[in-house]
Amino acid sequence: MPDVQSMVAEFVNKLRKRKIEGSQATAKCTVELLRSVISHQRVPHANQAAALIDAVKAVGQQLVAANPVELAVGNVVRRVLHIIREEDLSLTTAAMAGLDLLDASDDDDIDNCKGIGYPAMSAAVVAAAARSTLRPPSLQTLLEGTPESATVPYTSSSGADSESKTADKSSLTRKLKHDVIEGVNQLIHEISGCHEQIAEQAIEHIHQNEVILTLGSSRTVLEFLCAAKEKKRSFRVFVAEGAPRYQGHLLAKELVARGLQTTVITDSAVFAMISRVNMVIIGAHAVMANGGVIGPVGVNMAALAAKKHAVPFVVLAGSHKLCPLYPHNPEVLLNELRSPSELLDFGEFSDCLDFGAGSGSLQVVNPTFDYVPPNLVSLFITDTGGHNPSYMYRLIADYYSADDLVM
Amino acid sequence: MGAQKKGGGGARVSEDAEEQSRQRLQAILLADSFATKFRPVTLERPKVLLPIVNVPMIDYTLAWLEYAGIEEVFVFCCAHSTQIIEYLEKSEWYSHPNLVVRTIESHKSISAGDALRYMYEQQTETSQIQGDFVLVSGDTVSNMPLADLIQEHRDRKKKDEKAIMTMVIKQSKSSSLTHQSRLGTDQLFIAVDPLTKQLLHYEEDKIDHPSGSVCLDKSLLESNPSVLVCNDMQDCYIDICSPEVLSLFEDNFDYQHLRRHFVKGVLVDDIMGYKIFTHEIHSSYAARIDNFRSYDTVSKDIIQRWTYPYVPDINFSGNRPLRLGRQGIYRACDAVLSRSADVGASSVIGYGTKIGDGDKILNSVIGNGCCIGSNVVIEGSYIWNNVTIEDGCEIRNAIVCDGVKIRAGAVLQPGVVLSFNVVVGRDFVVPAYSKVSLLQQPTTEDSDDELEYADSSSATADQLSGLNLQMESKASELGPDGAGYIWEVCEGAHDEEWKHSVAPIPEDKLAEITQAIDDDDTDDESVVPTSGELKSDADSINTDMNDPNDDYDYFEKEVEGTVLRAVEENIKVDLVTLEINGLRLSYNMESADCAGATFYSMMKLAVDTPHNSASELYKNAASIITKWKELLGFYVKKIDEQIEVIMKFEEMCQESPKELGPLFTQILHLLYDKDVLQEDAILRWAEEKAGADEADKVYLKQCDTFIQWLKEASEEEDEDDEDEEEDD
Repeated sequence: MPDVQSMVAEFVNKLRKRKIEGSQATAKCTVELLRSVISHQRVPHANQAAALIDAVKAVGQQLVAANPVELAVGNVVRRVLHIIREEDLSLTTAAMAGLDLLDASDDDDIDNCKGIGYPAMSAAVVAAAARSTLRPPSLQTLLEGTPESATVPYTSSSGADSESKTADKSSLTRKLKHDVIEGVNQLIHEISGCHEQIAEQAIEHIHQNEVILTLGSSRTVLEFLCAAKEKKRSFRVFVAEGAPRYQGHLLAKELVARGLQTTVITDSAVFAMISRVNMVIIGAHAVMANGGVIGPVGVNMAALAAKKHAVPFVVLAGSHKLCPLYPHNPEVLLNELRSPSELLDFGEFSDCLDFGAGSGSLQVVNPTFDYVPPNLVSLFITDTGGHNPSYMYRLIADYYSADDLVM
Repeated sequence: MGAQKKGGGGARVSEDAEEQSRQRLQAILLADSFATKFRPVTLERPKVLLPIVNVPMIDYTLAWLEYAGIEEVFVFCCAHSTQIIEYLEKSEWYSHPNLVVRTIESHKSISAGDALRYMYEQQTETSQIQGDFVLVSGDTVSNMPLADLIQEHRDRKKKDEKAIMTMVIKQSKSSSLTHQSRLGTDQLFIAVDPLTKQLLHYEEDKIDHPSGSVCLDKSLLESNPSVLVCNDMQDCYIDICSPEVLSLFEDNFDYQHLRRHFVKGVLVDDIMGYKIFTHEIHSSYAARIDNFRSYDTVSKDIIQRWTYPYVPDINFSGNRPLRLGRQGIYRACDAVLSRSADVGASSVIGYGTKIGDGDKILNSVIGNGCCIGSNVVIEGSYIWNNVTIEDGCEIRNAIVCDGVKIRAGAVLQPGVVLSFNVVVGRDFVVPAYSKVSLLQQPTTEDSDDELEYADSSSATADQLSGLNLQMESKASELGPDGAGYIWEVCEGAHDEEWKHSVAPIPEDKLAEITQAIDDDDTDDESVVPTSGELKSDADSINTDMNDPNDDYDYFEKEVEGTVLRAVEENIKVDLVTLEINGLRLSYNMESADCAGATFYSMMKLAVDTPHNSASELYKNAASIITKWKELLGFYVKKIDEQIEVIMKFEEMCQESPKELGPLFTQILHLLYDKDVLQEDAILRWAEEKAGADEADKVYLKQCDTFIQWLKEASEEEDEDDEDEEEDD
């Protein structure tokens, strides 16, 4: 499949050169790429799920290595792996059902059936798999009835439908792939729809005449604020400009264009303004398993200010930003140091940067991200609702399989 | 992949084929510097493959070109072409989805001009370059976007057929002391039209005129309403060229150097009327690694992340990314550091490198697979791959190439360059600025500045094969158990060595220069406006009638150059007179002017020769005058000419009252003694001066006694006393 490979190479290249920015765009590109990887992957008759998982993992490792700081890539790869595992499991259950049905028939048939679907799998394994399918559904699935869990009964029933043993072989093969692609499509839908999902909840959080502070630019935050505005809530927004990239300026422009009362302040004025603020709303770059947040630089300062003045600090994050990893030294290891030219002009300072002259030279550090520890976050709003930081690990258990945490 | 690429291009541009080819962005990458500044390292490996922060230079250039949207790159290989092609084949560039890399080999080219001519010849065969192209050399590190710039160039070209080149410049202040940019190149003076950004003047030759003046053609000021003269710009050596550039090179077969010949040629040539424009970049980075100093500077810029995203912790071209820690320390994940090792800020440690107990590493780059013993100090140095450093060595501001062994206790002083596989013996101290190689230094005749290491690939192989023998016999140059030759520094370059070295400029040198500048300031304040770039320029703005004066300035300069050369190379007097006569005719000057100019240059030479006291200066002047009096004598046959010489001398003394002033009488006397000046001339001068202002009479008064003595002498000798009578 040269075209898939070249697509992967191209995407890897883009990630490496930091050509794609923003976790949502990256996540979307990643899922779409993985979808084509899966659909082009030749599936052997034996152990199809493993083949798919290997293929996705191989691509996933390349993608993660290309830009380890963009956690959304890893998240999405793990999500896809999780989907494959789930679908596989549900098909196994279906096969089990078929097995039960066929139990009465002769041994040849049983062997045949096993040979088709899972030659390597002993009855005990199949039973174990069946048992694990019966594990209690998570609280989340019970409450929300997420699409993923909805697919399970569907596939199992359809699997049960395939009574004709002759058709079994091909249909089972196609089934898994088809179901996985279906699942991935749902994931794509979810990622692209996360803004609306989150924005829908705006009305519950933003009240009349409140003052909201935000920092940097985030599309999620923009949609969130606009959704509240559309519901005839009247409130004011303070935008901290988010030096050195000044994305806050862009956000302010958009907000004004949509008719919100907006004030731009410098990052350093956050503490001065925080006493007038009712709520801080921030878009995250990534949310870690412990409930810590990685966001644009300056966020930690805003969070500390909010804590000091007991202002709620709310983080908006689509589910693709939930990272199943625990942060270790995130200020350094999960950070990206960009070019100092964003801070100051090379030409103006070139005489301070002369290393040959032997005198002390100027060093410039320009980190992109900030880490906010979980105890500073009041609430996470994801596309599935509001959550406490301490609940993040549970949410993550819903979305990812433990096997995939280390890729 | 290539075919696929074209398919993609075709889909995007659905118009006719010609239009499509015009849209294709192409670049010519010169994978050869056509210089010898990186010797001895470049004898064994081409410059573009030398690692900078552990990645070969060419990878930075290619990665940037690819990022900037270039679709096809022609890599022009000359010296060591097989190594470059082999490297590219192994790398991912040949199979890159977005960038088609083609290599062109030519062993005959010895300059950038030759390379472009070769490209032009090739082009007519296969029509490779279809439109505007980017011309860079393979040692460029940049992250500037090109697409917009190319578009800008094309738009301008559409409006003005003659706009054939856009040159990228970047602000970078040069040191006020050394007149050297941070990249170790000479200060660059350019004149630009501030509105159109057209380049009007370009000068980067070694500017040694102490007055720090730059000459602009007066016609520039006539034809342009405003001219911006800058000395804080850095030439990035990134050019957007139209196809005409190639044909220009073809037409002018003597163009060798891109800047010295081509740019200057285009600027001077009024007949064709081609124009060069500049583009200044602000936020992005661009620099060319031209010498060891710029190697150091660009390495530091990369570590400081100015070149983002081409930094060591990002995998931009198949390099293994390093992990960035606090304080700008980049470390490979499998590097082994002893607990007691102290790795300071801004350091890079490559894969599989082991660092022993008690090592101190600061501001240095250490490559892959190095083994460093205990208690080693490495400061500001560049250690390439697979280097072994034994216990207790000290390495400061050095470049150590692949496979070098440094035995215990050895010391590398600042500015040392160790080429491949050199062995430094136990406790040996390698002196500062020395260059060490396993290969013997080529004889100086062929190390002409422009000449590339011609045929060095074959020569290298030969030399390497006979290497063991040589090593046995000459091993002692680097200690008893060492191997390698310490290269001798070429004659002229000795003083310049510190300028282009990796080591920072030593304190005492800086102090020396500061001292010199202070002296200059006090001496010729009157002549030089503070930083003094605009002297002649200002003159020409004021007056149009200044023409002869201007001409005289040029003439004087030319004569000065001639005399200087004559003195340096010891040319015969008749030849020099012939040359000066030639100049006289071409500038339409009088013989008296020649006398003035010649004398001026001789005295200038005397003043410029280093001296500590007035008496030394006098000695210098005396020796020069004695030696070259015939030359002067040729022009001072008439009294008028002799007077001209005295006037000139007086003028010079006024310009530098401290140095020459006190010596006025002595030198005048000397000139009289040597029969250069006749007493008549001196007396007539005295007469003329007698009526002048008091201020002008300083020197007349100084030599009062001398003139008196002359008069008395003439009274005694001469019967004819007309002179006296008039004097009375």
